[in-house]
Amino acid sequence: MQPPDSPQPAVWAENLTRMFGDFTAVDAISVSIARGEVFGFLGANGAGKTTAIKMLTGLLAPTSGEARTAGFDITHQAEQVKKRIGYMSQKFALYDDLTVHENIRFFGGVYGLTNKQIKERMAEAIERLGLQELVKERVGRLPLGWKQKLAFSVALLHRPDVVFLDEPTGGVDPVTRRQFWEMIYDAAAGGTTVFVTTHYMDEAEYCDRISIMVDGRIAALGTPAELKDRFGVDSMDAVFVRLARGQS
Amino acid sequence: MKTPQPRGAFSAFVLKETRHILRDRQTLGVLIMLPFIMVLLFGFAIRTDVEDVRLVVVDASRDSRSNDLVRSMSSTRALQMVGVRSTITQVEPMLRTGEAAVALVIPTGFARSLENGTAEVLIMSDGINANFAATAENYVRVIVRSWAAEEGFGAPAVQMNARMRFNPTLASENLFIPGLLAFVLILISALMTAISLAREKETGTMEVLLVSPLRPLQIVVGKVVPYLALAFFNGVTALAVAWVVFRVPIRGSLVLLLAAILLYVLVSLALGVLISSRVPDQRTAMMTTLLGLLIPTLALSGFIFPISSMPGWLSPFSNIVPATWFILVARGIMLKGIGVALLWKEFLVLAGMAVFLILAASRSVKDRTT
Repeated sequence: MQPPDSPQPAVWAENLTRMFGDFTAVDAISVSIARGEVFGFLGANGAGKTTAIKMLTGLLAPTSGEARTAGFDITHQAEQVKKRIGYMSQKFALYDDLTVHENIRFFGGVYGLTNKQIKERMAEAIERLGLQELVKERVGRLPLGWKQKLAFSVALLHRPDVVFLDEPTGGVDPVTRRQFWEMIYDAAAGGTTVFVTTHYMDEAEYCDRISIMVDGRIAALGTPAELKDRFGVDSMDAVFVRLARGQS
Repeated sequence: MKTPQPRGAFSAFVLKETRHILRDRQTLGVLIMLPFIMVLLFGFAIRTDVEDVRLVVVDASRDSRSNDLVRSMSSTRALQMVGVRSTITQVEPMLRTGEAAVALVIPTGFARSLENGTAEVLIMSDGINANFAATAENYVRVIVRSWAAEEGFGAPAVQMNARMRFNPTLASENLFIPGLLAFVLILISALMTAISLAREKETGTMEVLLVSPLRPLQIVVGKVVPYLALAFFNGVTALAVAWVVFRVPIRGSLVLLLAAILLYVLVSLALGVLISSRVPDQRTAMMTTLLGLLIPTLALSGFIFPISSMPGWLSPFSNIVPATWFILVARGIMLKGIGVALLWKEFLVLAGMAVFLILAASRSVKDRTT
């Protein structure tokens, strides 16, 4: 999937480690993700996914190891990293008491877009989501699925190099999830790297490559087909269960 | 490693905060009415005015002057004379049992010493109720002083009470209201920002803000600035109630007093952000803010208990309570009419607290990324 003209990975980590006291939350993970790749980041709760994402987004300094996101060092260039990435969590994180329009204006402003850019991209996003009638509506009144699609559009507003999606489809119906994944493919086709965590194993199949974290380490990494092959099973679900239960 | 920050980010944040405030009409209404209600309620409820102070006089001198002074004491409405004794040992039990709240002791040779300017009187009071005692003591002092003045002696026989001089109407509100303003303003202001930041944590928007290019300092200042307008408005409301309803004087500069209020609510708002940066949700933010600020502001600031009557080890604690400094400034301006020349130190302390709290809050916002 990696385009030949892309010398620099969108996300790159080598022996990235984070300890909390004696506890090693993330244990020397190494990964290289290409521009435009859809990368699935899997693991049971407590496996260290959240800590890894915090480091890759420049929120948390690593104890040891190195990483670059969007070409910038996550320890020393965290400010640049933050400008080049988008982020969306499972809580979809828009302001319920603000309108669609106001939310887009706010996040556009935070990412330093000009008024003109905000106007253009807002029109585009609204059009794509079919939200024309609801621009002046408070986000709190939108159905959950629309909120999430809107939140994703907002995370892409400043055209980030990498967008981090932390369980973006939690609690959404299958139809909306399908639409959401179409948006993910659109973004990837446009050159944005998508770094996504999920608990849905069918979604894992949609990714170009996936990694599975167990106890702070990356226990497996490859395309869904490769992983199923390696473990001799026919679904990602089975791969995940075998890894999460211990690699005996 | 700092890169220039897009100027739009901060103003977008302030605009968004302002929208939050204006959109929630119900909360806004409550916030606007709260200082009005609180000042009115507490102002009437906790007034420490003292009436019917029971006075006993020890007249060891029994001359014309001391007789005169005793007569003047007994004709005062605020004091209720419960007896005249001849030795000091007779009054101590009376004070202990509460039969008398305050005793005036006139030593022997009072008339003579009055002529040559060395007269002394002793005022004893029941110190268990510090406020009551202070007020009772002040009543007696004022009467002795005005008696001496009427008799043409100036005030040689009286130890001047500095506080009395500025509170000639003997109204407790005058001392009480600055403290009440301090109390009401810090609670409302800190609650506003504490709840606002905790709400972002609950809804998950805080995570998004932290991952965004906004710096923690911008988040903290962006939270404080829109609420500063509302909190200042609250300060003006509270002051207006104090002035109109309780007729508290404002002898000094009104502009300086408003500046003090602005600075004090700034400290309070920053404190609210700091508190909520360390708690997980709105409920905890509310409880921590209330409990954390209520007791120190009531007990350590000089609002209810005079700082001078606190044990020495408490005074460092009293010094870190913002209300302590605001009360000094507000009493100074309102009651004494003093200006910035005598209050710059208190202003400086409050300004220092504001800077410290804003920086501490932005550090804390950054540290707690969950």
